[in-house]
Amino acid sequence: MTDKNNIALSVKNLKTFFYTNNRCNKAVNGVSFDVEKGKTLCIVGESGCGKSVTAATIMQLLPTLSRIEEGEIIFHKDDKTVNIEKLEKNGKEMRNIRGSDIAMIFQDPMTALNPVYTVGFQISENLKYHTNLNRKEIREKSISLLNDMGIPLPEKRVDEYPHSYSGGMRQRAMIAMAMACNPKILIADEPTTALDVTIQAQIFELMEKLKEENDTAIILITHDMGVVAELADNVAVMYMGNIVEAGTADDVLRRPTHPYTKALLESVPVLGRGKNQDINPIKGSTPDPYNRPVGCQFAPRCNWQTESCDVMPEITQINKTHQIRCHKYEQFFEKYDEKRNS
Amino acid sequence: MKKEILKLRDVKVYFPVKAGVFNRTVGHVMAVDGVDLDIYRGEVLGLAGESGCGKTTLGKAILRLVEPTNGEVTYVSKEDDETELTSLEKKDMDPFRKKLQIVFQDPHSSLNPSFTIFGSLQDPLKKFGVNSKEERRKIIGDLLEAVNMRREYMDRYPHEFSGGQRQRIGIVRALCLDPELIVCDEAVSALDVSIQAQVLQLLMQLKKDNNLTYLFITHDLSVTEYLCDRIAVMYLGRIVELCDSEDLYKNTLHPYSEALISAIPVADLDKKTKRIVLEGDVPSPVNPPKGCPFHPRCPKAKDICKTEVPTLKKYSTNGNEHYASCHLIDLPEIS
Repeated sequence: MTDKNNIALSVKNLKTFFYTNNRCNKAVNGVSFDVEKGKTLCIVGESGCGKSVTAATIMQLLPTLSRIEEGEIIFHKDDKTVNIEKLEKNGKEMRNIRGSDIAMIFQDPMTALNPVYTVGFQISENLKYHTNLNRKEIREKSISLLNDMGIPLPEKRVDEYPHSYSGGMRQRAMIAMAMACNPKILIADEPTTALDVTIQAQIFELMEKLKEENDTAIILITHDMGVVAELADNVAVMYMGNIVEAGTADDVLRRPTHPYTKALLESVPVLGRGKNQDINPIKGSTPDPYNRPVGCQFAPRCNWQTESCDVMPEITQINKTHQIRCHKYEQFFEKYDEKRNS
Repeated sequence: MKKEILKLRDVKVYFPVKAGVFNRTVGHVMAVDGVDLDIYRGEVLGLAGESGCGKTTLGKAILRLVEPTNGEVTYVSKEDDETELTSLEKKDMDPFRKKLQIVFQDPHSSLNPSFTIFGSLQDPLKKFGVNSKEERRKIIGDLLEAVNMRREYMDRYPHEFSGGQRQRIGIVRALCLDPELIVCDEAVSALDVSIQAQVLQLLMQLKKDNNLTYLFITHDLSVTEYLCDRIAVMYLGRIVELCDSEDLYKNTLHPYSEALISAIPVADLDKKTKRIVLEGDVPSPVNPPKGCPFHPRCPKAKDICKTEVPTLKKYSTNGNEHYASCHLIDLPEIS
């Protein structure tokens, strides 16, 4: 079981709802997880399943039409604990945490950087508000951050505008910004989706390094099971605002037990398996969030649906680390035991 | 025996770079820089590479949606008649447009939002002589059913459909003239993983039913491995490796393909390999490096790579033809 002292952030039964046109979209509907120091938690799922909203909730970056309905976000800062959901959105305490203790890398570096300020200015802004360094030191620190990120000629590049950076360099500048104050937790929301595989490999290398050197806890949001296999220590699979399966990377990838996790793994071609591999698409598409299925959210697309699926399944702990939200997990999980014993 | 459907010879597409008060041309973006390629009837040819390597431009140049600066694109009909496409007048292209179609990358911007699906899709049919409205509705309805959509959907507007459905409508648009070759330009890249698998299976089914040939442009090598018979890897406007899809993974010859393959995250904990991390970005195609265009990033580069441009040479792996352009390959060349 996870060591209590090692937990950097725990989220308990978090619910974030959006209110538009008198309708309520339950984007995040009761999510719980822990993030450990120096470990990577990957949150996986299709678009619209609430991954990014979870991240935005932790950072309190939600739009005005939404609010945290229920639940707790507990940030373990050194010895004390802070309940993030109780802090005022733009209050002093939240602004102190945001950017210095918890930092975020956004999906699209093209839109996340401000085109009318130099990259150096945008990095130093963080340092200006969260540290006591003077102007000269701040500049030096920005240059050394860019240098750490492997950007050539950082002394010159620091005064350039985002448009003269390439896509990969912009994402690295974003990571430099996020890492400026040595955050305890780094939230990366699909950091490499817009990038080429070769650049993606560079960014992953960098994130691994940061994790080892600074003991940062990383929450990585992705839809690519390949990325999960490469980087994750722990995995949470989300579907329609719920975590349907969670556990260590070993648990989830070697013994996928929820039908949705299985289906996700089977729907992508895997490199090295050649032309004759089977890929099985998941039938149908994700349901309309305003018109959800009654019980298990995945039931209409599931091949093993039965009457019992009309009731929302509870989270079951299969073993110490592996938990699942499905009525029929036993029959799937036993298969792995049989395989192991034979 | 394999028969060609398209033969590309030394195709180049240069875009001028203009600057200054007089808008003078100060250089060229060499998007496609001398590509020789044969596409055979009934095969799926994958075209892979990083963004900016010229794959999309090459796909468009084949259909003359972008005019090639130089080179020949020859279409070979079923009866072995050869026609050179680049020298044709615009209006003489029409009969060939019917044979060569394209599915675009972004299903959200490739359909006109103010037309119904039928309104958008009937135009090519009208142009090619399907004059009765009943018949046009029948053709489009049948095709919609072939891609697992309901016939009635043709009277709806694009905003009523999800991304996967729109991509299927894009495929119907390409299919409605009964083409022989379809260029799929990143046809599944914008889709969610579960929907991507649906569209991939649909494409394979349609290929079987209609005897199609695909030129499948993508940056995702795990998709190409699943789908393609042969794969061409492009770098800075040139083809650096061309071979059977299986050979590309088992007997990789070019260091760029090797790095590209190792960088792909594989969803299999038992198959973790060391990734080769390339330094830096793709160089600018306005001012490509001297010698082998890949040498500044190549982990194996030697002195010869800095001065001499390698040409695409023929080798043999597993008894199959295998083309690669690199100075450092140890295999005997085949003429």
